[in-house]
Amino acid sequence: MSYLTTKDLTVRLRNGAPLLRKVSLAVKSGEVRALVGESGAGKSMIGKAVLGILPRAAKLTGGEILLDGEDLLTLPPKQRRAKIGAKVALIPQDPLTALNPSRRVGPQITDRLVDILGWKRKEAEDRAVELLDEVHIQSPERVMRSYPHELSGGMRQRILIASAFAAEPKLIIADEPTTALDVTVQKQILKLIREMQERHDTALLFVTHDLGVVSKISQSLTVLYAGKVIEETDVRTFFAAPKHAYSRALLAATPKYTDPDGSLMPVPDSIISEVEQEVAAFDAQLKR
Amino acid sequence: MQIVRTLLTRLATTIITLLGAAIIVFVVIRVVPGNPIAMMLPPGATDADIARLEALYGLDKSIFEQFLIWIANVLQGDFGTSITTRQPVFDLVIGRLPATLELSVMALLIAIVVGGSAALTATLYRGTKVEGGIDVAGGVALSLPDFLWGLALILVLGVLWPLFHISGRVSPSLGFEFNTDFYLIEALVRFRFDVVLDLLGHMFLPALALAIPLAAIILQLLKQSLKECMHDDYITLARTKGYSETSIITRDALPNAILPTLTLVGVQFTFLIGGTVIIERLFSYEGLGNMAIDAVINRDLPLIQGIVLVFALLFTLVNLLVDMTYAALNPRLRHA
Ligand SMILES: Nc1ncnc2c1ncn2[C@@H]1O[C@H](COP(=O)(O)OP(=O)(O)OP(=O)(O)O)[C@@H](O)[C@H]1O
Ligand SMILES: [Mg+2]
Repeated sequence: MSYLTTKDLTVRLRNGAPLLRKVSLAVKSGEVRALVGESGAGKSMIGKAVLGILPRAAKLTGGEILLDGEDLLTLPPKQRRAKIGAKVALIPQDPLTALNPSRRVGPQITDRLVDILGWKRKEAEDRAVELLDEVHIQSPERVMRSYPHELSGGMRQRILIASAFAAEPKLIIADEPTTALDVTVQKQILKLIREMQERHDTALLFVTHDLGVVSKISQSLTVLYAGKVIEETDVRTFFAAPKHAYSRALLAATPKYTDPDGSLMPVPDSIISEVEQEVAAFDAQLKR
Repeated sequence: MQIVRTLLTRLATTIITLLGAAIIVFVVIRVVPGNPIAMMLPPGATDADIARLEALYGLDKSIFEQFLIWIANVLQGDFGTSITTRQPVFDLVIGRLPATLELSVMALLIAIVVGGSAALTATLYRGTKVEGGIDVAGGVALSLPDFLWGLALILVLGVLWPLFHISGRVSPSLGFEFNTDFYLIEALVRFRFDVVLDLLGHMFLPALALAIPLAAIILQLLKQSLKECMHDDYITLARTKGYSETSIITRDALPNAILPTLTLVGVQFTFLIGGTVIIERLFSYEGLGNMAIDAVINRDLPLIQGIVLVFALLFTLVNLLVDMTYAALNPRLRHA
């Protein structure tokens, strides 16, 4: 059964311009789903809509977000916040800015457990040490007493991953969690997320614009263009034979791990205009 | 080691600042016209009388010589004798300083509490009419200088609706004997809350007048910094954890937003202390500033010098305090 379901999720700018066009997607319990698309496709917007952190300029104008079968949008704000805090966690894109610079690292891992979920401080701290151990951080007690600026980017991302798993969430949304890191660190972090996801049996919505990492981490994927779902399938089928022309072009535009320097085809203009037409037709159909 | 070096540098700059202030005042008050001795003596005093008294106070020597003598005495703890009251300058200044300190600190507290909570409220309700209203109030607060606020407060809360005292520091009718010059602190320590209330009733309007412009400055700068922080990623992350907007603003944004405000408050607090001179006069509040005006009117040179030195010392101390608080609050400096 799917843990997260969005049905016809529509997000618009305040002026009415659509950012998400009736997005329906599902993430099963314990499954990893990749969310792929070019920059500006609305990948992050989906994550933000689910987490209830849409920017002020954007507004959710239609659709449903079901978490474990319960429609989040019908909950009063306070309950909704509590539910998301308890069941969903975010692994952010940029570890350098996602930790509060004026607070020590330890409390930033334990705060949700203590303040929102009512754990005892000592229990939460023990749990944090355990988690830092899981994400392969040496001398966790010392790290917990550090300030973020004393730690490297890779370390900080490990801490954010530990923090995301702290409350044993049922769903984790990872928004391009490796883009801001060095290439060598990227691989380690990717492996770590995969490892943690398997150990904790958490559903994972993995946002990326890199089809290369998709096969390494996820079982299924959703391709997004201009806020519209273009293709939704399992990874094996997709890489064997993408259905949509845009998906095929996207795949051709991705470097192969076997041949990282091989020649690449950018998505051709003809295909862009084809998919643009499709989106326009979809919009026209909605208006009618 | 680092700390010792920093402290030594601070000490050196403090001494240079004080020396500079002393020199400027010393020269200025001797260059402007007006002879303190002539003002002391009864009409009909002869030139010989004047010359004798001038010699007594050392005023017959060159400014440079006078300065050297004064500095030498100050270094031995002797600040001279007031020409008008004939009391030691040191005793006069130390006797009045607590009154001014209590008033300034009270004004600072009011400014921080009012300006700070206005900034937090405006951030919580950013983009709404509440923020607009707070902005307008801040603009109005800044449109008048402190002494005009003082006049306005006297008219409205002293005369029209006489809710507060508008003159003096304490009601003589209380008949309370103070052992120190820190009246408010002493009354608090001795649990005489009737006296505390009376002191606050006297202090409130002048302190408020001093606080209003500073509160508006704190509001504007802190709100600006807070709103910038609200876009940061760690704020978004805190939201996903389930925190309310209020606790995000106070717990996550405030510690990061407060540093620029702190620096500015330090600078502005020295201006506020400067503002006590006129405000104390306006409210007949027996502090250092009020005494300074009398000293200037009477050309009481030693007293003016003593007061200026104390004000300069106060300013450098405030700056030192701000720097230390800044270092303590900024984790980047804490571990450097
Ligand atoms: N705060 C905002 N105000 C206005 N428009 C926004 C805002 N944030 C995002 N958008 C717009 O919403 C659309 C989707 O943005 P989103 O961040 O979801 O893209 P993305 O797929 O995550 O891209 P990227 O790979 O660059 O992160 C974009 O066209 C973007 O310009
Ligand atoms: Mg994005």
